[in-house]
Amino acid sequence: MAATKTFRVLPGFNITLGFTLAYLSLIVLIPLSAVFLKTTSLSFAEYWHVVTAPRVVATYKLSFGLSLVAAAINSVFGLMLAWALVRYSFPGKRLVDALVDLPFALPTAVAGIALTALYAKNGWIGQYLDPLGIQVAFKPLGILVALVFIGLPFVVRTVQPILEDLDTELEEAATSLGAHRWQTFRHVILPILLPALLTGFALAFARAVGEYGSVIFIAGNIPMVSEITPLMIITKLEQYDYAGATAIATVMLMLSFTLLLIINGLQAWTSKRTGRDR
Amino acid sequence: MSIQVKDIHKQFGSFVALDKVSLEFPTGELVALLGPSGCGKTTLLRIIAGLESADSGQVLLDGEDASGTHVRERQVGFVFQHYALFRHMTVFDNVAFGMRMKPRSQRPSDKQIRTKVHDLLKLVQLDWLADRFPAQLSGGQRQRIALARALAVEPRVLLLDEPFGALDAKVRKELRRWLRNLHDELHITSIFVTHDQEEALEVADRVVLMDHGKVEQIGTPEEVYRHPATPFVYSFLGSVNLFHGRIEGDTVQVGEDVLPHVPHGFDHGAEVVAFARPHELDIVIDGEAGNGVAARISRILAFGVTARVELDGVNGASGQHFEVELTRSRVLELGLAEGQAVRLVPSRLKLFERETVGGVLQ
Repeated sequence: MAATKTFRVLPGFNITLGFTLAYLSLIVLIPLSAVFLKTTSLSFAEYWHVVTAPRVVATYKLSFGLSLVAAAINSVFGLMLAWALVRYSFPGKRLVDALVDLPFALPTAVAGIALTALYAKNGWIGQYLDPLGIQVAFKPLGILVALVFIGLPFVVRTVQPILEDLDTELEEAATSLGAHRWQTFRHVILPILLPALLTGFALAFARAVGEYGSVIFIAGNIPMVSEITPLMIITKLEQYDYAGATAIATVMLMLSFTLLLIINGLQAWTSKRTGRDR
Repeated sequence: MSIQVKDIHKQFGSFVALDKVSLEFPTGELVALLGPSGCGKTTLLRIIAGLESADSGQVLLDGEDASGTHVRERQVGFVFQHYALFRHMTVFDNVAFGMRMKPRSQRPSDKQIRTKVHDLLKLVQLDWLADRFPAQLSGGQRQRIALARALAVEPRVLLLDEPFGALDAKVRKELRRWLRNLHDELHITSIFVTHDQEEALEVADRVVLMDHGKVEQIGTPEEVYRHPATPFVYSFLGSVNLFHGRIEGDTVQVGEDVLPHVPHGFDHGAEVVAFARPHELDIVIDGEAGNGVAARISRILAFGVTARVELDGVNGASGQHFEVELTRSRVLELGLAEGQAVRLVPSRLKLFERETVGGVLQ
């Protein structure tokens, strides 16, 4: 067998791969495996009992359901925001651009308290919503508002650069071929943005699932109604039930991982369809 | 369909892109808009297409004012310099796009679309690429697909914006010939924008020369090449030698040298600029002083049938460069060598009064 040595153009493949793996292990894999390891102090029956307790199951539904809804809302409005920021010039555009990142910088507890104050029955916004029968604070709707708030920057920031690169000629070509605005958006722009949009969706979703600080203030934390999964974990920890806490954490991890994997697969599929990996 | 533009004026800030341009494009012709970059040719094309709107003036399509008509209703096929193909669609889907976007009542059936797309792909000779994505095609192929896509909606006019601008020289030449043949087959009124004079002269039925937002000359390729109306047209179409001089009786005085010429319609003492193409200059080795412009040979490029001799002016035309085209045998016959002092005698000279030249010439 004639083994020809292949040369790589970029140096340091081995060292970067080694470093990447070591770093990932240290920062991500070791802490996560510790979570699984800790759970093994429970028997399977005990584990199953903890993770399928009705109160805990209710939190899964709330956490993952609302996170998906929040990520979906952020995808729609994040896209609109990115579109406005890229395509139009208006006074204060730079300011708006900077504001988008604010949910990243703000301590989430501050955001939670501020939102609660706004949406409580006697708050600035809440006082007008209450007569309409809409209660935001201390309800699942309040959690959704908080999750939308903290997830906002992700979609904007992932879609923005793609949109900036998008040639207006494509739209002009579509229009000259007789496509209406909506058709141009639907058949020309959206397919090109979809991979970035999905990345933004995945990031916003992941962030929302793990969010704790802002949610607990506005959620009201009523068992079976407005408790999120991270809160369940904290509750167990406060009762020194470490194994129970990690048990719930493993379920969260696996669910998140599965969902992110699905989103990633979807993204790979769409970018293949957009011919980008060629 | 005929196209007419009337008094089109367009300004970007203080920059005048089009200055009251009026033109007529008769049915079935292939017209080139030719000019240097920034002369307003692309802006004019985009205004005709409806992708841009003029500040004032009208665009008439088949005699009807189209100024208020949206691009999608104008039925123009537009081909972009950088193809503007939809990269997430296959070649087939790209070409089918226009037909699929039609309202349901006018939309052809899937089968009709398939037949039409394959016919068009055959027309551009790329039927075998139907399932590929644009990224898998070469530049020349992409532009042909873009053309097929534009033709799919049966446009009344075809507008091409520097269609071969992004291609390499060889492919460009091939596509030129191909476009000409295609036009002879379809006879669809077409306008194409280019800054390449060779391309315009080779492909078009008529050439519109533009500069600084104004039309300089309109004519067949031969007319504009043989009888340039303005100094700009003369210098833009092909290489040119120019002499600054003054009319003295029957001659043009260039410094101490004299160009023999019979000038018409110029006053004695008028300041003129004289143009001669490289092949319109002859080299005389031992001409007496006062006949022809003195120059020194700086370089002789003799490959192929014609030889190019580059010269530097001395005396009256010092600091200027000249280019002469001779046959190879003539170069050998004269025994030209680099560094040799010679005289240039034009066989044909085109004069323009200096005032009209203004700042156009560098």
